[in-house]
Amino acid sequence: MTDTCQHSGGAGPENEEEFVDILEERRLRSDLGHALRTFRPSPYKGGPSCSAADLPKIVLESQHLRYVVKEIATETGASPEEVREEASAILEEMSQNLQLGFIRLLGYIFTKVFKRLFTSINVNMEGLKALQQAIQESPVILLPNHRSYVDFLVISYIMFTYDIPVPVIAAGIPLAGMKIVGAIIRRSGAFFIRRAIGSDKLYWAVMSEYVRTIIKTGFAPLEFYVEGLRSRTLKSLMPKLGMMHMVLEPYFKGEVYDIQLVPISLSYDRVLEESLLALELLGVPKLKESTTGLLKASKVLQDDYGIMHVNFGRPMSVRRLCRGKINLRQYNLIPRDLPQKPRAEAQACVSWLAHLMVRIQEEGSLISPWSLMACLLLQAPTAVLTEQGLPWHQLTEKTIWLRKLALDFGARLNWPAQVPDPDVMSSAVALHHSVVRREAGRVYLVREEEPERKRPISPEEDVIRSAAAVLMMVSYRNQSLHLFVRPALLATAIGVTKTAQRDELFAFFCFLRDVFSNEFIFIPGESSQDFEEACVLLRKCGAVHISEQEVTASDAGLEALSFLQALLQPFIDSYQVMFRFLCEDKVHVFAEKQFLPAVRNLATKLILSGELHTYETLSSDTQKNVLSALRRLETLAKLESSEQNEYRVVNKAAVRRIGDILSGKIPPQMLQAAPDAKL
Amino acid sequence: MNAAMASNSSGGGSDRQRIAQQRLRIIAGHLRRPVDVDSTILAAECKAQDSKTDVSSEGKTVPRRRQEIMKWNGWGYSDTKFLFNKKGQAEFTGKRYKLSGMIMPALKDWLEDTFGTNLQHKSPATPILTSSAVQPPTLNEAFVEELKSTGIPFSHDAEDRVFRAHGHCLHEIFALREGKVGRVPDLVVWPNCHNDVVRIVELACKHNVCLIPYGGGTSVSSGLECPPEETRSIVSLDTSQMSRILWIDEKNLTAHMEAGIVGQDLERLLNESGYCTGHEPDSMEFSSLGGWVATRASGMKKNIYGNIEDLVIRVKMVTPQGVIEKSCLGPRMSTGPDIHHFIMGSEGTLGVVTEVTMKIRPMPEYQKYGSVVFPNFEQGVACLREVAKQRCAPASIRLMDNEQFKFGHALKPQVSSMFTSFLDGLKTFYITKFKGFDPNCLCVATLLFEGHREKVLQHEKQVYDIAAQFGGLAAGEDNGQRGYMLTFVIAYLRDLGMDYYVIGESFETSVPWDRVLDICRNVKLRIIQECKDKGVQFQPLASCRATQTYDSGACVYFYFAFNYRGLSDPVHVFEEVEHAAREEILANGGSLSHHHGVGKLRKEWMREAVSNVGMGMLKSVKDYVDPNNIFGNRNLL
Repeated sequence: MTDTCQHSGGAGPENEEEFVDILEERRLRSDLGHALRTFRPSPYKGGPSCSAADLPKIVLESQHLRYVVKEIATETGASPEEVREEASAILEEMSQNLQLGFIRLLGYIFTKVFKRLFTSINVNMEGLKALQQAIQESPVILLPNHRSYVDFLVISYIMFTYDIPVPVIAAGIPLAGMKIVGAIIRRSGAFFIRRAIGSDKLYWAVMSEYVRTIIKTGFAPLEFYVEGLRSRTLKSLMPKLGMMHMVLEPYFKGEVYDIQLVPISLSYDRVLEESLLALELLGVPKLKESTTGLLKASKVLQDDYGIMHVNFGRPMSVRRLCRGKINLRQYNLIPRDLPQKPRAEAQACVSWLAHLMVRIQEEGSLISPWSLMACLLLQAPTAVLTEQGLPWHQLTEKTIWLRKLALDFGARLNWPAQVPDPDVMSSAVALHHSVVRREAGRVYLVREEEPERKRPISPEEDVIRSAAAVLMMVSYRNQSLHLFVRPALLATAIGVTKTAQRDELFAFFCFLRDVFSNEFIFIPGESSQDFEEACVLLRKCGAVHISEQEVTASDAGLEALSFLQALLQPFIDSYQVMFRFLCEDKVHVFAEKQFLPAVRNLATKLILSGELHTYETLSSDTQKNVLSALRRLETLAKLESSEQNEYRVVNKAAVRRIGDILSGKIPPQMLQAAPDAKL
Repeated sequence: MNAAMASNSSGGGSDRQRIAQQRLRIIAGHLRRPVDVDSTILAAECKAQDSKTDVSSEGKTVPRRRQEIMKWNGWGYSDTKFLFNKKGQAEFTGKRYKLSGMIMPALKDWLEDTFGTNLQHKSPATPILTSSAVQPPTLNEAFVEELKSTGIPFSHDAEDRVFRAHGHCLHEIFALREGKVGRVPDLVVWPNCHNDVVRIVELACKHNVCLIPYGGGTSVSSGLECPPEETRSIVSLDTSQMSRILWIDEKNLTAHMEAGIVGQDLERLLNESGYCTGHEPDSMEFSSLGGWVATRASGMKKNIYGNIEDLVIRVKMVTPQGVIEKSCLGPRMSTGPDIHHFIMGSEGTLGVVTEVTMKIRPMPEYQKYGSVVFPNFEQGVACLREVAKQRCAPASIRLMDNEQFKFGHALKPQVSSMFTSFLDGLKTFYITKFKGFDPNCLCVATLLFEGHREKVLQHEKQVYDIAAQFGGLAAGEDNGQRGYMLTFVIAYLRDLGMDYYVIGESFETSVPWDRVLDICRNVKLRIIQECKDKGVQFQPLASCRATQTYDSGACVYFYFAFNYRGLSDPVHVFEEVEHAAREEILANGGSLSHHHGVGKLRKEWMREAVSNVGMGMLKSVKDYVDPNNIFGNRNLL
């Protein structure tokens, strides 16, 4: 493993970090004692301290907001006082109200709940120590990945336990609407932002000033999800840039000397929401976050969710990261308080940084044995899993093999060394009894109980029933995808193009990377590095020979190459199905709402006819990713005027061409080799 | 009797006489069109005044042989320096300054605490200059021959040449202390008047010799460094002997001077006539009028008197193309771009400034120092901003940060009486305990008021009232006065530091008000971080002060020094840190320079500072005025 693919620097698997189970002490001592402990955090030393009550005042009186208020008043004809009132109301809706008492209350409840849910919550103490230090030196941004509702609660809980200032957290507004819970979350430091802000200038101004003020005054560490949303697929999401830009602006404008970014990787053995997620992806509408919904979910609390890992990445200096990437002098010629559209250079820098953070989250996450098993299970035909089952010894042997590959690729595995391997795998399957069951030396996919009905279940319904189970498994596979994706792209390039020419493979690699960059996280502008990494890793596991001009598959590497290619196959197949759909004559303008069920129907048909082997085409996540990818590749256009997400197919020929390249019908010589070239 | 009074009284006598003389002068002016006629008359004047200056030679500070009174490898007068006496106490030697002969008991601890220095670890300078270290001069024989025939004094003595090969950048002084000498001028020439300069420039053009004007030698921009790539003979044109006040015009309140006059002489001589220019840059003891013009200097009291560009009425500069000057003494002109602005800031790249007509003012009736303590730097800046907003800045107002406040304390001389020390203790108690100021946060503004007594007192009240709004407490005249006195001795202190492994420098910028705090914080932190990254073993001193206020911004001065023990190439590290600090300044909206100029030290940023077109404009002026690069110091462009 080279340094190039370890963005987090020293924290590679070579020097595995020490994780400590924070629940251990809680199991020994009084929960109440913990909740009432003396909390002595060491806050940021640099700035004038500012109380929670001061915060809204500073925001409302800021030059920036005064300017925007005046502008809006002129535009709308309202009086400045009215606009100010409105701003004040927005701020009230938004503001957090961090109170230590509530943190204590939550601490008490969480100790109880966490102890029941998790075997252990493992935290890397070195990372926590580095964070404690960083918080005193500069404003700190906590950037956890988002896999579960529990994420931010766990982080605040850890911070409280280890005397680190409790963060202020950007949360989605639906949470605020929940009775009591909304208030509690607010008091535990969350502030609420609307999902679709769009062109609401005043809202944007209030929010950005609020965020900037928190950072400039060093009020508290700020926490937000760079992915924007909770990932329903447990796969990293393309980062959202708006909040990231807002957070970095005080540095860009010289208002703070530096900002430290702390990527945090939360890895769940088993996610609380697993079954809900799969249903959601299949089009069963998302349950509105409500307190009663939460209470219903309380049966969830009866189950075991294994180990949770919280890996605090090393604080990274924005100043160092941005060196040479952005010329800050561009901010010197216009008053800093005026709202400005970020320039292309700033946007590129923010995007690069945001992608980098997600990559580091990926690298910091721990891969469970179950995730490796899920990779393998999904490569067996679904019918086998549902009907005759997969031989247990076959699965375990292959898993041991995959563990070796994963370690070669530099994985952080959560594979207990002191337990015999068969026991590790058995308990992984036992933990995931909702997805698989082991019976008489075979492993079967668990499908939902057939409801008692008069009429027999239709084949289409049966597909959906399998799909729910498959998609649950898919999300666990996704937990380790980032580890394999680069070599998998290269393996696919070798498999599809049948060439050994390095430059042709690189061109095809770039093509794949480009098509799938909504699916997997690639740092913009780093295609050469990604290719290089793929080559190095494949050579390391003995799958390829590499010379200056050529990359050739080795005989010994066929197992690895075919595994990797198969890993990517569901994505290729799903994309092809959708390309085919979009190239149909009747499709011109369509709404997302129509697209999703139409594709679902088409895919169901294809699955039943045996033409399509993956159920992932049915996932609305994959479907939406295809739309975004094609939009990015300028073959689809989103209609500006439309209220619903409506799309127009701009260039069917180009869509067809992408499909043809993907299936190897167009030879790689026809591709441009330029890195990141648009198709 | 001095030159100023002489020239003044030569025109004196009765009014009738004066009017007659004036008419004569006007008529002569009409007649004096052709250049050579002009020069003969001036030449005669020049000689006549020569004899006069001989009379008043004791009034002149700078001799031809500077080494007679000044250090060759440090700041200022040979008889004045900081040292640690046998008791291990810091002492300031000599008799020239208020602080001279005094003992500063706190300085040792401050040095040790701030830099980790140890009196046992010395890094002494090479005591004398060995002539063998100096390259023998490359002389242009034909030029030297013709120069000889003019009778203008010159020298190629090694000491003379080394003296004029440097300013006071850290790397320049550091090299001298190690006895290292790079490229130096091959010849030093001392013109005595404008006409001498005209002749030298003509000869230089004729024989393709490189000229580098030299005034007070206080450059901190590598402006005097000889370009190592220069292959021609380099002649240093030392203006120090052109230091007469040629006339004082009391009706219009202007004075006409030769450009070599140094600040302290100019003020002293004008004071004798009851006037002053009010232009007091920190270097005024040694820096020259011509140097001020050539670098766009700024004085401490610019709030009342203005910066050099506000003070200059008319400038005469000798260039390879001839003499550039304006045709009248009108207070303002709309005659296209102001040609003075090609001269001011030209840093010796276009010609030599020989004579300057400048505004003068009657000496102020009353002067009063003052000081204000603020709980923190933020409050202090807010106060300065308010003062600027109300346009009621005193002659000078400066805000020192906490580090400088502590430094100022370290330079407090030993108090003679128990009573004063008791009073000091009481003051400290009042501020820190009673008022709750954190001694590690508080900062001080020093003030200087000038003018009519009543107005000064009124003005003072206004400023203190504003200060009070920002939590400021009046802290007495003494603190203020000491603050200003320190300006003159601080340069000597660097030499002391260098005896004990401490190197340092100051640099400046100007910045809009809303960025003052940010730039101060960011630059200081950058310095600390860079030192750490570059392997400096000790915590550096990074300190700043706001020294000038303007309507829309302020001038900020940074001080930066560190203990270099353990570094193999301290100067390189130093330069890297200084470079990084300048980058930080520019990134934070600061200017490339407020008044030190660009020289060669900051040249790399010049294009960005003035844009491509701006650079082209400056270059085309250079190409026209000096196509053969006679003024080849390679500053600025």
